[in-house]
Amino acid sequence: MTALSALIRRDIRIALRVGGGALIGVLFFLTVTVLMPFAVGPDLALLTRLGPAILWLGALLASLLTLDRLFMADHEDGSLDLIVMSRTPLELACAAKALAHWLAAGLPLIVATPVLGLLLNLDGTATLAVALTLLAGTPALTFTGMIGAALAVTLHRGGLLLAVLVLPLSIPVLIFGVAASQAAIMGPLSFGTPFSILCALSLVSFVVGPFAAAASLRHGLD
Amino acid sequence: MRLSGQNLRCVRGGREVFSGLGFAASSGEALAITGPNGSGKTSLLRVIAGLLVPSDGSITLDGGEAELTVAEQAHYLGHRDALKPGLSVLENLSFWRDFLGGESDDAGRCLASVGLDHATHLPAAYLSAGQRRRLSIARLLVARRPVWLLDEPTSALDTKGQDLFVTLMRDHLAGGGILIAATHTPLGIDVREMRMGAGS
Repeated sequence: MTALSALIRRDIRIALRVGGGALIGVLFFLTVTVLMPFAVGPDLALLTRLGPAILWLGALLASLLTLDRLFMADHEDGSLDLIVMSRTPLELACAAKALAHWLAAGLPLIVATPVLGLLLNLDGTATLAVALTLLAGTPALTFTGMIGAALAVTLHRGGLLLAVLVLPLSIPVLIFGVAASQAAIMGPLSFGTPFSILCALSLVSFVVGPFAAAASLRHGLD
Repeated sequence: MRLSGQNLRCVRGGREVFSGLGFAASSGEALAITGPNGSGKTSLLRVIAGLLVPSDGSITLDGGEAELTVAEQAHYLGHRDALKPGLSVLENLSFWRDFLGGESDDAGRCLASVGLDHATHLPAAYLSAGQRRRLSIARLLVARRPVWLLDEPTSALDTKGQDLFVTLMRDHLAGGGILIAATHTPLGIDVREMRMGAGS
């Protein structure tokens, strides 16, 4: 356990230091959300209707932004070799890295959501619903995105390849995340149904993500 | 304890790096792998460290802990330093101590034994190449591993650093450790040489 908590603490510390990238995600989220009213126009009713979808898209892109560094940085400086060699199972180490990434880059997005909700004319309930769905759904984005990050290391390609690999995997999360938020705001569906599926997607990604990423890393090191 | 490899074959990028290679080293013994560039010294070390899968052959560690793989009982000191520029010298080392399951040993003492105790709170980004190497060497000390796999360990070290490292290697061997180093320059300790490439 000390090994895993050490890994989590190190990754969070690096993310929060200058140049770490945790704040970049929030700034990007802010930028995307602020741009939307300019693009859509000052129609308040339309903004309210689009609000949850805009917030979800912003959070999705923002969490993708720093994800390609998840394993790449460790690969470049040789840390990944030592992590693979260590007595900690690689699956657990991958899960710990993803958790650290979510704590440093995902959680700030959720904290920022109420502020950004104001810009999109969302009331308190709606903002709370979006924040809650993001809380349940962004871990799934990180843990499925981790598979793409591991493949990017294996294939020696970062950046765009990751987006191409990861975005299709995040479609279900996006659908049920926005559906749950919309249901809470205007019905007629109940909030519980899509929200439960969203939670289930997150739980599945907790299991599949670390194993897939570890298998990819093991296979692809050279 | 005896680390040995039999009939190893390694293929990288469709090219055979070496084949039919065997080696052995017992407790307290140092094996120096020499040979021209591209002869497969680093590949051999990475095969032993479990980072490359050999296409044939096997590696065994007799007398080690049965539940652990060879890689889990080895330290690997590669070309890359595994240091995070944003973290301080002490933070870097403390992380590896905790992650590698080192004893609650004083990381500061290990820094002193590589001559870096004056720079504990300096971010690793500001270290020189030699200081980075010294910090990587300190990693070998924070957690006990019977096998040390060293790839060009003395590169970038000044003469004082090399002397320090010789002492550390001697201590490791005196404690029953095994040392395998890929090197071009003499290590300064008694070694058995294994030459690779050119018809080995």
